[in-house]
Amino acid sequence: MTVYLIRRLMQSAVVVLAMTIILFLGVYAIGDPVEILISPDADQIERERAIAALGLDQPLWLQYLTFLENALRGDLGRSFVFNEPALRLILQKMPATLELALAATLFAVLLGLPLGLWAGLRPEALSSRVIMAGSILGFSLPTFWVGLMLIMVFAVELGWLPSTGRGPTAEFLGLHWSFLTLEGLRHLVLPAINLSLFKISLVIRLTRAGVRETVLMDYVKFARAKGLAPRRVIFVHVLKNIMIPVLTVTALEFGSTIAFSVVTESIFAWPGMGKLIIDSIYVLDRPVIVAYLMIIVLMFILLNFVVDVMYSALDPRVRLQDQRG
Amino acid sequence: MTPPSVESTALGVPPLQAAAAPREETPLRRFVSDFAESRLAVVAFAAFVLIVLAALLAPVIAPQNPYDLAQLDIMDGRLPPGSVGGAGFTHLLGTDDQGRDMLSGILYGLRISLAVGAGSAFIAFCAGTALGLVAAYFGGRTDTVIMRLVDLQLSFPAILVALMILAFLGKGIINVVIAIVVVEWAYYARTVRGTALVERRREYIEAAACLALSHARIVFRHLLPNCLPPLIVVGTMQVARAIALEATLSFLGLGVPVTEPSLGLLIANGYEYLLSGRYWISFYPGIALLVTIVVINLVGDQLRDVLNPRLRR
Repeated sequence: MTVYLIRRLMQSAVVVLAMTIILFLGVYAIGDPVEILISPDADQIERERAIAALGLDQPLWLQYLTFLENALRGDLGRSFVFNEPALRLILQKMPATLELALAATLFAVLLGLPLGLWAGLRPEALSSRVIMAGSILGFSLPTFWVGLMLIMVFAVELGWLPSTGRGPTAEFLGLHWSFLTLEGLRHLVLPAINLSLFKISLVIRLTRAGVRETVLMDYVKFARAKGLAPRRVIFVHVLKNIMIPVLTVTALEFGSTIAFSVVTESIFAWPGMGKLIIDSIYVLDRPVIVAYLMIIVLMFILLNFVVDVMYSALDPRVRLQDQRG
Repeated sequence: MTPPSVESTALGVPPLQAAAAPREETPLRRFVSDFAESRLAVVAFAAFVLIVLAALLAPVIAPQNPYDLAQLDIMDGRLPPGSVGGAGFTHLLGTDDQGRDMLSGILYGLRISLAVGAGSAFIAFCAGTALGLVAAYFGGRTDTVIMRLVDLQLSFPAILVALMILAFLGKGIINVVIAIVVVEWAYYARTVRGTALVERRREYIEAAACLALSHARIVFRHLLPNCLPPLIVVGTMQVARAIALEATLSFLGLGVPVTEPSLGLLIANGYEYLLSGRYWISFYPGIALLVTIVVINLVGDQLRDVLNPRLRR
């Protein structure tokens, strides 16, 4: 297990290093940093002094090492627009995005599990077919368009829910959260539903497939034969067993939910990191772009690492395979 | 629909005779009748053909050329569906803020969406298939390197990779295509490698190798044709994904330029008018996008069933 951990950790480190190289090249080789960092009004002498001060006269590999060294110290440059450290800017926006993603995940599980259970227990019923057709739509519908339609129906036509922003926030554990105020909760509903649509469909399909497999198992037949109440069979014997894959996939999907919140945040003007990165791309605020990508890549690698390690800890087959290789 | 011809199987009949008899079973005919088993898939395919035709014939059937500024009248701006504009014809789906007929805009937008979607899916198909075949055929270190890349690529969500590329390259149709190709090639590579690993051990590959044919000839003339069925299924689904991704990127303002609006950009244009109740500018392009994606997915679903050898009846 220790050997596996070390090997897996080294793999992750290599990926992180590769990503820093890609990001560095993307910013410093494709775009000309001189044009971006130095005022166009500057004369030749000023330009040269600025280039020397920024270390842009050094060879590329040396520049990369400097970039890496700064990144390791948590210094990813200052935002041109806000004139603040890019990293701090991103971290300030992170709670909003996390809150949105968590709410969406919660929706997906709370709605997807019962619907999938229903469809799995009565595969031929009309209601189940409607649920399954709905889940296909959930996969096919473009998220951003659904978001617009949600605004149109619930904010413009019916006027039930606000369409933009985060509403008032309350402080908890030193961070600001929307879900602690009623107004904030109302702001959270539409974006969270929008972000969770794809995941609801996913959970429905996973649950349905799991239920249909599980109800045929011997232990379920035995539980029924023993004369247990149908409710107990379903909620204890069936549901408990399908929870494992469903929760694993939901956890794995959390990363992509955060990535996809870029779209939802832009539509609902939700002040999270996704909105920040889109705004930064518009004005070419490169330090912020780099900081965002660095953080999200790190998050993904961490998530994959944790899931892999947990799998190999839980599933002996994965471990055996790895010892051989 | 043709009933499956059980009594007249083509077994033992020479190909010439088989072609002459109308009811003989050929692979193509078998494929068509298998596909037609699902009415929904047939309807979806018909709708898909209609959509492609509408996009191709847009200059002929559209009431107006939405790019020709001389034909636009700002006085016709934001007319609701069904109203008659200054040019004298009825705007069935209304007009946008610049007086552009939405129906024409959608037809022209469809052209761009389909072209970008199909084009980038095709390039990704070629690149991914070539790399996947090479990985499976040569194995060893080549295989490891290529499949590591695939794993890395697939562990990040599409939107993130596309954002990264567009953040560095800037917007534009070519850059969107590059982004989609980078996002999608890994799916083809993984699919074709799986099939090719099985096919590679078959006798015909051995026979080809014994004839001392070149590697390139074996891979592309012998191995590739036998790996095509699953690739076609993945390819169909990836076209739908590419269209959706392009629309999302354009909606975010990172995709196609304003002068050549795809469906995603049309939807984005209507965003600001949505809050004042002018729903049609965003609504109808979205319906067009939705129908296109659903229809392609339905066809792909049926193709998967038909081409899956495990479900052969």
